Amino acid sequence: MEFLTLAIGAILVNNIVLSKFLGLCPFLGVSKSSKSAIGMGFAVIFVIFGASLITYFLNYYILVPNEIEYMQLITFILVIAAFVQFVEMFIKKNSPSLYKTLGIYLPLITTNCVVLYVAQDNIAQGYDLLHTIVNSIAVPVGYMLVLYLFACLRERLDSADTPKAWKGNPIALVTAGLMALAFSGLAGIV
Amino acid sequence: MWKNFKNGFIKENPVFGLYLGMCSSLAISTSLNNAIGMGACVTLVLLFSNILVSLIRKITPDEIRIPVYIVIIATLVTIVEMLVHAFAPGLYDSLGVFLGLVVVNCIILGRAEAFASKNDVLSSAVDGIGMGLGYTFAIVLISVVREFFATGAITFVNPFNSSQLIFKLGSDALEPVTIGLFSQPVGAFLVFACFAALFTVLRENAKKKESAK
Repeated sequence: MEFLTLAIGAILVNNIVLSKFLGLCPFLGVSKSSKSAIGMGFAVIFVIFGASLITYFLNYYILVPNEIEYMQLITFILVIAAFVQFVEMFIKKNSPSLYKTLGIYLPLITTNCVVLYVAQDNIAQGYDLLHTIVNSIAVPVGYMLVLYLFACLRERLDSADTPKAWKGNPIALVTAGLMALAFSGLAGIV
Repeated sequence: MWKNFKNGFIKENPVFGLYLGMCSSLAISTSLNNAIGMGACVTLVLLFSNILVSLIRKITPDEIRIPVYIVIIATLVTIVEMLVHAFAPGLYDSLGVFLGLVVVNCIILGRAEAFASKNDVLSSAVDGIGMGLGYTFAIVLISVVREFFATGAITFVNPFNSSQLIFKLGSDALEPVTIGLFSQPVGAFLVFACFAALFTVLRENAKKKESAK
């Protein structure tokens, strides 16, 4: 039950994009088609899950015993960068079409704040291994959910008649704002 | 040189023009204090990362340049984080996790990759300051609007001594008519969208003027 609350909280209530504003750059960049949104979503889930596990062990078995927690930021970001590189090579080899759609956004997962945020948040909240696993799956699932919904909305926005100054990103941001408003209505669930 | 510096404000404003560094600009723009604090930190990191990247641009192997840049940036952010923790604890608390997340602020890596790795040290430093101030300018604009509508007044407190109030614009009489929505995520998105549209118009006009010449 406790894990369910944690998961629902992370997916719906404290959604990483709409309530914490993280991962917005790919959110606006990749969300132009729902297909690439799904691809990006899975890449993010995989990267966050892997990176959180590695950083968890790194933190409790290397940084803490040696009392060098101040190196957290540097080691974490290096792990994430290396891991993303690995995922990129993997997708390039196994699914060239997916690689093409994700284009430049794949290396950009390195600078996707969600990855670093989840890794740091797991430590800051004092989660144990099980909580870490649940949290680092639930957060990117919430990310993917919103990314997909948003991509579907944007596909329709393309054909809508928007004023010239609002074309593209500005109107997309208004849409995101309305989505944030809708999601804030879910706050009572947990 | 001056043009490089000026570009960061309207024409190539990193936030409203290039849509970089949006995460932090939406999240911490709830008050003017946070915005100025965050802007100062980002500008500082951007300035030094641009200088360092530019210094080593000839000896960095092309294949591993991104990890090299990230290590430089992460080191600088760690230093800034420690300094803020020591000298401005109030600011440290209110920025929270977003101070560490400056590492993944796309503006910094973006400028290292797009500008500092190709230009000499002096112009990289100028570009760093210009872009940093452009970012600060953008988040200050958002935060002023949001703080005013959400609380009825714009306050600025000395970041190094949180009990010292520097100025307060607005009045308590406005308190009953404030709109709480603006302190919430919805407000952040909407205010950001309005500014983004405004900057698009400004850029279009500037372009028209240039082509008319």
